[in-house]
Amino acid sequence: MFTVIGVMFGGIAIGFLLRRQRLSWIGRVITVLIWVLLFLLGVEVGGNRRIVEGLATLGGEALMIALACVLGSCVLAWGLWHWLYKRKGRSV
Amino acid sequence: MKGSLIIVGFFVLGTLCGAFHLLPFEVGESDISFYALCGLMFSVGLSIGNDPQTLKNFRALNPRLVFLPVATILGTLAAAALVSLLLPHRSMADCMAVGSGMGYYSLSSIFITEYKGPELGTVALLSNIFREIMTLLGAPLLVRWFGNLAPISSGGATTMDTTLPIITRCSGQQFVIVSIFHGFVTDFSVPFLVTFFCSL
Repeated sequence: MFTVIGVMFGGIAIGFLLRRQRLSWIGRVITVLIWVLLFLLGVEVGGNRRIVEGLATLGGEALMIALACVLGSCVLAWGLWHWLYKRKGRSV
Repeated sequence: MKGSLIIVGFFVLGTLCGAFHLLPFEVGESDISFYALCGLMFSVGLSIGNDPQTLKNFRALNPRLVFLPVATILGTLAAAALVSLLLPHRSMADCMAVGSGMGYYSLSSIFITEYKGPELGTVALLSNIFREIMTLLGAPLLVRWFGNLAPISSGGATTMDTTLPIITRCSGQQFVIVSIFHGFVTDFSVPFLVTFFCSL
């Protein structure tokens, strides 16, 4: 976990040193790497018997809990968003 | 929308490759996804460091955004407690333990399997993978419905690594620092909250 964060800070430092150059291709690299990681997550899910068998019986429950948690946290985030920005028309 | 469909396509393709063992090596045993994640984070770092605007945004960060991880944790736990009313064979504490994984599926499912057995552990694994996938795929909709902070809250503990790129894409580059800070705080809360709700 901390290695990943360290690598990112390394990237920030190198990006800062190269700030005179426009690295316009970096967005495309990010998109491709997101695809690769989602593909690999899929491979792990598909290859894990425990998850594949669980998908049918336990998947519904997991989906309900996940959906509730996403919505619950988003409702509070919406409240905070309103409190911070919409009320006084501040910018970030 | 097209971007999300491509992402789903890659995920489904991966699932099929995994199910029918179409890859010549074991992904779970290799470090390939770790290196891909490092490559991704390095690229994200490059784009942050290369953008002179980021440092200005960091200084202009609203200090009240420290409440964002609190909002995420409270919203998640409240919703998990409510949904337990719809799942009569699951206790409220079990649902809150699964919810407090905050999308950190590897750690939370190991913890829950240890404390509560493999069945709830599997629910935790799936539920937190779903949360990450929902954030990755739903980020543009969440921004439209709940404002720019919503994908960060939805991403939970993953907002400093796997969901960071999609958040910067949908909410804007100025939310990078908030997103990393939020990921850090939420991430550290996972082992404590999961252990607490498993011991109830």
